[in-house]
Amino acid sequence: MIEIRFHGRGGQGTVTAANVLSQAAFLEGKHSQSFPDFGTERRGAPVTAFCRIDEKKINIHSKIYQPDCVIVLEISLIKTIDVMNGLKKGGWLILNTKKKPEDYEHLLDSNRDIRIATIDATGIAIVKKLGSEKAPIVNTTILGALARATTLVRLESVLKAIEKELEQKISDNQAASKEAYEKVQIQLFEKEGENDV
Amino acid sequence: MRELITGNMAVALAAKFCRPEVISAYPITPQTTIIEYLAKMVAKGELKAEYIKVESEHSAMAACIGAAAAGCRVFTATSSQGLLLMHEMLFQASGLRLPIVMVNVNRAVGAPWTIHTDQTDSMAQRDTGWIQFYCEDGQEVLDMIIQGFKIAEKISLPVMVISEGFILSHTTSPVEIPEQEKADEFLPPYQPKWKLDTDNPMAFGGHASSNIYSELRRNIQKSMEEVGEIQMETASEFFRLFGRKYLPVEVEGSLDSEILLVTSGTISGTAREVIKNYPDVSLMKIRMFRPFPYNLVRKLSCHAKKIAVIDRNISFGSRGIFAESVRSSLYGIPPRPVFEFIFGIGGEDVTPEIISKAIDFTADDSNPYWLKPIWQKELEGMK
Repeated sequence: MIEIRFHGRGGQGTVTAANVLSQAAFLEGKHSQSFPDFGTERRGAPVTAFCRIDEKKINIHSKIYQPDCVIVLEISLIKTIDVMNGLKKGGWLILNTKKKPEDYEHLLDSNRDIRIATIDATGIAIVKKLGSEKAPIVNTTILGALARATTLVRLESVLKAIEKELEQKISDNQAASKEAYEKVQIQLFEKEGENDV
Repeated sequence: MRELITGNMAVALAAKFCRPEVISAYPITPQTTIIEYLAKMVAKGELKAEYIKVESEHSAMAACIGAAAAGCRVFTATSSQGLLLMHEMLFQASGLRLPIVMVNVNRAVGAPWTIHTDQTDSMAQRDTGWIQFYCEDGQEVLDMIIQGFKIAEKISLPVMVISEGFILSHTTSPVEIPEQEKADEFLPPYQPKWKLDTDNPMAFGGHASSNIYSELRRNIQKSMEEVGEIQMETASEFFRLFGRKYLPVEVEGSLDSEILLVTSGTISGTAREVIKNYPDVSLMKIRMFRPFPYNLVRKLSCHAKKIAVIDRNISFGSRGIFAESVRSSLYGIPPRPVFEFIFGIGGEDVTPEIISKAIDFTADDSNPYWLKPIWQKELEGMK
């Protein structure tokens, strides 16, 4: 089973991101589950959402504490939330940022073997007019980056899932997702001299 | 056809398949999207129902009662404070023998305010004469609503199908969507045994002398005693058409296990995964809570050496309500230890780890079991 955790802010489409990813995996014939970690949500407040993907029926109904993949839709959250919390060795960290993966190497502690992927999802979403310029909706864009970086789902499944889950601006969202798929930067960080078991 | 949908969408689709003629509801988190979906279906003409907007849940149930008394198939949904506000009307519905089907999306009750789940809202309605089914996933919610109408109309009592706030209501999962024709075959139009009719006037719920009142109350209890059989028949019929079977109680694993873990709702799903690591532990999921299947629970638990009950509710001054009922079921058979756990109150996350801890605690012969239930936080704090 693959477990994914999303961190974003209210208004960025974090919960929808989890739903679209879940739908993409489902369209590939897998079992999937997505759910928000609800508080009383407000625009701008931190939001967490989860997604599980498996080949067999998913029975578990608790939250995710040891994700295989963490997606950060709003980069400022890395200062206030421990986005790395529980991320599994061999996992993925996908960040919405203009910077390169190596600029975030400091987030990894010495025992981890993590791939970092970076994508300027905000820039792409603004050009595609997803949300407003001040508050762009970056969810579908970052899923394009996820498809490329993790191969958990195919890009075409993400595009189909966008069509199923969204009610408007479907082609713009799909185009943003495709662009992120092309532009994502990925780097594997292996630490030397570690005592792995 | 299989679709990836939320629990609340599963509820709305199930209701639609049952072709209710009247829907009356008042929005409350986490139920709200159910009635938004239904309102949309009615507005678009996909569902030919009268959607009655009201100013409170009390009125919503009152409207449902009026419509059901007029011979209509009726659906509603609520949560938490909304259900509590309906309390008075719930007795009216069962007393008038009206086959209303309602979904309650579990949400813990105030104070303090919370929107997260536990079973205390629906458990507090256990004596209102409503049949109650607790569900584990979106598929079960959908299937139990369709069966709920059939059972309600056969026995002339209202049915409450219970989902869980956020853990089901806002969680997407794959759900097998039935075809409308099949749903129609399973659930033909409602034929009321009696109804409000100007051509054939009669009184409904008027004043009754003690003699008549007690007779009508006894009738409700007698009907409740028949529900077990009707539920089984309905489940078999549903299974023939849809291939999924829902009995009042289910056991996974052997009946003569070292420990029988008793759960309800979504905790059952997580527990299914946990018991894979414990070959001597079986799982009993209780689906039907009212009427409580005492005989079935006794039959299915009498070979287990120890029993551990997880309750997502608390009856203050007593104990977890499933534990209470399981203990009653065991009366008359040789005594065995029953451990009780209060987990997941107010949406507290019930993880595989804490369920494992409950099993380990139960397995340890040095632990006392007769004193009082152990709360999740207490168990988390134990080494």
